[in-house]
Amino acid sequence: METAATAVNPAGRRAALTGNEAAALAMRQINPDVVAAYPITPQTDVVQFFSSFVADGEVDTEFVTVESEHSAMSATVGASAAGARAMTATSANGLALMWEVLYIAAGLRLPIVMAVVNRALSAPINIHCDHSDAMGARDSGWVQLWCEDAQEAYDNIIQAVRIAEDERVLLPVMVCYDGFIISHAMQDLVVLPDQAVRTFVGERRADYRLLDPDRPVTMGPLDLYDYYFEHRRQQAEAMSRAAEVIRETAGAFADLSGRRYADLETYRLEDARVAIVALGSTAGTVRFTVDRLRRRGRKVGLVKPRVFRPFPGRAFQEALAGLEAVAVMDRSDSLSGAGGPLFAEIRAALYERAVGPGGAVAPGGREGRPRMPVVLDFIYGLGGRDLDPEQVTQVFDQLTRVADTGQAAGGPVRYLGVRE
Amino acid sequence: MNGWKDIPRAGIIPNPGNAVRYRTGDWRTFRPVWHPERCIQCLLCWVSCPDAAIQVRDGRVVGVDYDHCKGCGICATECPDKAHALEMTREDEARGEV
Repeated sequence: METAATAVNPAGRRAALTGNEAAALAMRQINPDVVAAYPITPQTDVVQFFSSFVADGEVDTEFVTVESEHSAMSATVGASAAGARAMTATSANGLALMWEVLYIAAGLRLPIVMAVVNRALSAPINIHCDHSDAMGARDSGWVQLWCEDAQEAYDNIIQAVRIAEDERVLLPVMVCYDGFIISHAMQDLVVLPDQAVRTFVGERRADYRLLDPDRPVTMGPLDLYDYYFEHRRQQAEAMSRAAEVIRETAGAFADLSGRRYADLETYRLEDARVAIVALGSTAGTVRFTVDRLRRRGRKVGLVKPRVFRPFPGRAFQEALAGLEAVAVMDRSDSLSGAGGPLFAEIRAALYERAVGPGGAVAPGGREGRPRMPVVLDFIYGLGGRDLDPEQVTQVFDQLTRVADTGQAAGGPVRYLGVRE
Repeated sequence: MNGWKDIPRAGIIPNPGNAVRYRTGDWRTFRPVWHPERCIQCLLCWVSCPDAAIQVRDGRVVGVDYDHCKGCGICATECPDKAHALEMTREDEARGEV
């Protein structure tokens, strides 16, 4: 059947897949050398589907069953250090159990790709979606790509391989998508031919391989006050350079698939007075609500970050400057007493833009600096609590009130959908 | 020392065998002193030394590499009692510092 999507990309085919099926399919097409994984809800069927591909001989992958996520990431690190293309997937407490090894993967500059199917952290125990798991890992040195739906999960996993392995980057990448909402919901999406994916990701060409007897190297030696700082500085530089590689990769992927990805997607923002920033599947709910309110003449818009690490501060400045009020939707709480992680970083980026480069007040004071919006934080959806268009409408109503009055009584941090 | 732009990433050591350039001899508190006249050339010290600091030439012990010997004393312990060719002495005394 000829559809809009297949017309753009004659080689693509339509498929009805859950997010986890789409992720497993992407992994099958990538055909990594090694996958080491441990099952955890809601990631489980990524591993289950992938192990079927291994059993059926559809991939050449060495599949390592391990006894924990700590071991899953450790085996992935070992394989990647040996020069293999290594992947894994996890959720929530599984990611938490990987903690120390996440930093080792990043510190050793190993281009591992991992699907993180977002789920709330214990306690109390909960298996449903929020972003506490990946947000907690935001300073672990991994690139983070976030997905709105199964199509984006599929597309981002394929792009992640190229981003991670680019010699300017050499950092691990986590591809984050919402547990159950994306992972278990069936979606109509367009998938690429196997050969197109294999050509797109190519072969991994590691410059140092732990198991190369002709060119022996030491990895992970003791690194004290005389060199450790320099190696951390290199990591920071690699993360900064990842921004351009992510954009280049998105360009190449658009040529292949017809689907174009930006660091931030903006929707109906051109003449908007107020906007909502939302990660993941919530962006879809907000987009629906924006359309509904636009039909009633409300000037509202959406900003959907795709990249959270490296943090696209400049893109946020460009997108949000000139708006009157912005709501940042945080599906996790830093429990810092000062709001969620997305809010804290976006507001900091806007401060820089408001006062001038580097935070210095420009000569002549703040005259001529762009007006910055009031920024509110809405912590919502913890433990899988649903968010519906009526609640999103309430957020837009609050933003409009703030824009009209210039007053944000009650402070910037609000809890949305919690019973008082 | 080189800055972060001029060193291999992630602490990778791409040139193997460079530990010889790291002089660990100054860690030593006790020094093994070899007495060639008592040595029976059994090579147990050479086999046992964790730092390859027993010097051997043409299959015979010829001395101790004090640049790398950390002074653990394994060689003196393994040296057969009847030979007693390796003796641990205080490093500061051997250097004439006391």
